[in-house]
Amino acid sequence: MFMLLESIRSALESIRAHGFRSLLTSLGIIIGVTSVIAVVSIVQGLSYTINAQFAGLGGNSLTVRSYTPFKKQLQGRFAKLRDSDLQIISQRIDGISDITPILFAQTGRAGAISYRSQTAFSQVIGIGPSYLDVNGVYPEKGRFFTADDDSRRRLVCAVGVDVLENLEIPDDPIGQFFRVGNEWCKIVGVIEKRGELLGFSQDDYVLLPYGTARRIMGTSRDLDIQIQLLVDDMNRQDEVKDRIRRVLRKEHGLKSGEPDDFKVQTAEQLTESFNKVIDMITAVSIGIVGISLLVGGIGIMNIMLVSVTERTREIGILKALGATRQDILLQFLIEALVLTMIGGLVGVAIGYGLGVLVAALLPGFPPAHVPLWAVFLSFGFCAAVGIIFGIVPAAKAAQLNPIDALRYE
Amino acid sequence: MQAGDKEPPVIQLQNVYRVYEMGDQVLNALDGVSIDISRNEYIAIVGASGSGKSTMMNIIGCLDRVTKGDYLLNGTNVGDMSEAELAKARNREIGFVFQSFNLLARASALKNVMQPLVYRGIPRAERKRVAGKALERVGLGDRLDSRPNQLSGGQRQRVAIARALVGHPAILLADEPTGNLDSKTSREIMALIDQLHADGQTIIMVTHEADIAAHCERVIHLEDGKMDSDRQQERTAH
Repeated sequence: MFMLLESIRSALESIRAHGFRSLLTSLGIIIGVTSVIAVVSIVQGLSYTINAQFAGLGGNSLTVRSYTPFKKQLQGRFAKLRDSDLQIISQRIDGISDITPILFAQTGRAGAISYRSQTAFSQVIGIGPSYLDVNGVYPEKGRFFTADDDSRRRLVCAVGVDVLENLEIPDDPIGQFFRVGNEWCKIVGVIEKRGELLGFSQDDYVLLPYGTARRIMGTSRDLDIQIQLLVDDMNRQDEVKDRIRRVLRKEHGLKSGEPDDFKVQTAEQLTESFNKVIDMITAVSIGIVGISLLVGGIGIMNIMLVSVTERTREIGILKALGATRQDILLQFLIEALVLTMIGGLVGVAIGYGLGVLVAALLPGFPPAHVPLWAVFLSFGFCAAVGIIFGIVPAAKAAQLNPIDALRYE
Repeated sequence: MQAGDKEPPVIQLQNVYRVYEMGDQVLNALDGVSIDISRNEYIAIVGASGSGKSTMMNIIGCLDRVTKGDYLLNGTNVGDMSEAELAKARNREIGFVFQSFNLLARASALKNVMQPLVYRGIPRAERKRVAGKALERVGLGDRLDSRPNQLSGGQRQRVAIARALVGHPAILLADEPTGNLDSKTSREIMALIDQLHADGQTIIMVTHEADIAAHCERVIHLEDGKMDSDRQQERTAH
């Protein structure tokens, strides 16, 4: 312990004595750590924000959607969820509430909206009354739909703020009419702004009462819907999921052995696939950085070897004064270690600064977020690089014969 | 004082050989030398270049090992010591003074003198205090923070002497201590070494200069790795 502290002190003195060279030596490490922290901070900031938004869905919500295996898709046979599925779930399953259908406008004319001479495309979604609570979005102006709007299929809608902008609807939009598909709808509410994510607006949508949406999108009973519901008791989520599966399988007439033609997903599962992508990006960037740290480590080994040769006489003197092989080994190893750790420290600082800067400069980008594990991983890697690439020069120094070393010019 | 008078000798070389093999050439740098050195002796080892005096210096200083024969340091056989024990012996029993000073160029005078104490595990504050005192003893109490390149040759050798003595070694081993100094500075350094001897320090000096050897009380003359003469003398220089 005593020698460890002495070695650290001596390493710091030596690094200070060769300031510029030490900087160049650890530059590889600095750049490597800087890039990993910058990339991770941006990607994690993104992930953090998106997860926070999914969290608005509520941990206790379930989404049921149709699912067609690729093979069936090729045959042109697409699975569907129908109104009857919605009814059967709400009738047969206990312990759920706020069940709502969601109908996305199929591609085609239903997505087209127009107001006076302006025409635009927007996401048109038909929803039940409980959609707002499940998804945590609320009107900022006006009102939301009533059950009456739904059952009477009134031509009313709530819109995101971007729709108003795209259609150049005047400042007071409540009560204005605009065209959705072939029908004129009255704006009764404006949903609060959610902002941009990755440069994509999240406020470009038209919400219709479910009944109205069916009316606009055509009377075909074969429209594919999604079903969203809340599970009352979070602990029974899996149980509810299973029961929904059984009911739907029976309803769809699936024989045992046939795969489900639908999926029941929790809010967590929705974020999962996204998080997989995030993890992949993180892993790839860490891999690239691993290579750059390796290169940095080789640089350090090179300089340390030069340094050992340069300081041969010094090593000889220290040995004459009573330094053991271990003392010399420790001194040079610690010096390499301190070099890489300082590089890591500087890298984390610059990388974080860079991440914050990039996140601040890109419009609509979420703030950077550096997870602790990334910091510890970087330092761990730096320490490993220092030890692995410092051990050879240190061993070389320790093995020097004091007589030859003292004679070295 | 005669060898073996009262206490056992500090250094006993018993029929010591140091053989270098270079290819098929065999060189006996030390060829069966036996010497006893007692505490508080003031000895010069003299001889021409290649006579084996540097080899003898390295062996006495525990930097090298004998090929054959025994070297007892304070009664312990150095031949049986491990690498780490040799380092410890160098640290505690030997104080080196070199012709070319061999100071740590990056470190101040004080840090140079503190360095041997690091390997004894002495805390920093205590090291500073002891090293400061050692530098005062050689007359450099006011140059603690100077680096070697800010000091004159004589001052550098004083730092080296302070460093050699700071741990109170059994033996001060000086290898041509005045070889790089002008004659005036040489006299000052020799006066310092004389003083150390007067204070009771055992001193072994390797030199080829007769007027330096004249400071000593005993002169061992080596030739071709063998002892040519070993005589007591009246100190003729002061």
